Amino acid sequence: MQRKSFLHCSLLISAAAVLALSLPARAQLSTVQLEAWLNSPAASSHVGNITGNAKAAAPDYRRYCVGCHGELGDGNGENTPWLDPKPRDFQLAVFKCRSTPTGTLPTDQDLYDTIGRGLDRSNMPIWNTFTKDERADLVAWIKHFSPRWQNEKPGPPIQIPPEPEVTPERVKAGQEVFGRVQCWKCHGVEGKANGPSASTLTDDLGRPILPYNFTDGSRPKCGSTDSDLYKIFMTGLDGTPMPSFADNIKPDEAWDLVFYLRTLQPHNPYNAKEKQIAKQLGLKPVAPQ
Amino acid sequence: MKKQPYSKFAAILSVLVLVGIGTLSLNQKVSAAAEGSIAGTVKLSGTAPHMRGIDMSKDPYCVKQHENSPITMENVVVGTGDGLQNVVLYISEGLTGNEATAAPSNKPVFDQKGCQYIPHVMAVDVNQEFQVTTSDQTTHNIHPLPNAMTGNIPWNKSQPPGAPPIVASWKAPEMISVKCNIHPWMHGYHAVVKGPYATTDKSGAYTIHGVPPGSYTVTAWQEELGNQTQKVTVAAGKPATADFTFKAK
Repeated sequence: MQRKSFLHCSLLISAAAVLALSLPARAQLSTVQLEAWLNSPAASSHVGNITGNAKAAAPDYRRYCVGCHGELGDGNGENTPWLDPKPRDFQLAVFKCRSTPTGTLPTDQDLYDTIGRGLDRSNMPIWNTFTKDERADLVAWIKHFSPRWQNEKPGPPIQIPPEPEVTPERVKAGQEVFGRVQCWKCHGVEGKANGPSASTLTDDLGRPILPYNFTDGSRPKCGSTDSDLYKIFMTGLDGTPMPSFADNIKPDEAWDLVFYLRTLQPHNPYNAKEKQIAKQLGLKPVAPQ
Repeated sequence: MKKQPYSKFAAILSVLVLVGIGTLSLNQKVSAAAEGSIAGTVKLSGTAPHMRGIDMSKDPYCVKQHENSPITMENVVVGTGDGLQNVVLYISEGLTGNEATAAPSNKPVFDQKGCQYIPHVMAVDVNQEFQVTTSDQTTHNIHPLPNAMTGNIPWNKSQPPGAPPIVASWKAPEMISVKCNIHPWMHGYHAVVKGPYATTDKSGAYTIHGVPPGSYTVTAWQEELGNQTQKVTVAAGKPATADFTFKAK
């Protein structure tokens, strides 16, 4: 009897899997499908010289991640109704923090970095309590949730030229870029997240979202270094209103913009020089036009 | 441990069924015949819904573009003779061969002008390239929001004044909502369909060109009012007719 019911069960599940595959939109992935992807080459990761294996991450995921990201990785864990911003839906595989162009998958390193860095102003903590190997395994585990990792490769990482010397000319040029591409529409002329469009912004799920406030001392979501900032406007933060400016800001101008944005932040370990230059120049906010 | 043979069995079974479906869908004849067309009119019956005016005061540039002719939302646009504009017509069943797979080489243009999308609804074939351009002196971000599970991947790019066109295409049929986050009233669609298509003009008229003789189901899609379908037979050299009427909600 038991054997028979097992057989029935697997028949039903495979029928469901076939249905799920033939229905295009928002079909809930089945556990059978996920198990197949767990055994695929995409369910591994390569971070530096570490190789991550998805199966090794299962206990960690079920203990530490499932409450928010959900058993099926769809961001629908039992805590989700109380969270804002919502946990990432790994099935869609749309990620904010990438080194790759907008509309492409992140690299393994990008996901690895996000796990260790956490996401400021969200419920995603800094998971540096996991060892490097455990984090690499979790990256592989995340990748087994989405059909995208079966069919797509991560985008080519954007090239970041060596950081030039900060000069008053560069800070001024950065301010011109800030005015020209109209960063202030959302971030405000002083970077206080109070531009004319700021109050109307929504994320891809239609939920209200705030632009980054440069002046309140909070940590940028995708990292605090100069090259982390550089990456943000060349890749965009997918899933949010922040677009990619890769077609409209040249690499050199992007560095200028980084230096100018530093002048908007309160004193921090990265911006002593820029703050000093801004003071010397008597820099005034751009005029909205 | 005991469960493993069964899950393997299930996996093999699913693969078999999938292969079956694949062979069935590939086993269709490729037809190459003189092309015909499907033409008609799409109308709205009943009172056209009120289209709210748009408050563009967040951006003085946008306000200035419409100083003399205030504009309204475009969810349901009714023109001359109750004609319904921006309805996408496409062949949802019956296409085989080249018409179903080859993308046209012309590149439709989706322009940002006066802080509106022109056209409001742009139809394209799967894998057909299109251009997103800007005629405005204010920065837009163009942010299509497809469902990543369909194979269409969302992206988000800025277009400051004078920015070059963005050339892109979509991989799968889907009615994709497109918006500008900077100007939240800006909302349009990329209607991605498989095979020949047409969009209605101000009088609700349309013509789908390049349809080989055969029997088809034509679908009319309107963003608020949904889908309607009709069976149509196209004979060689004779244009077929399919008129649609949507009821106002």
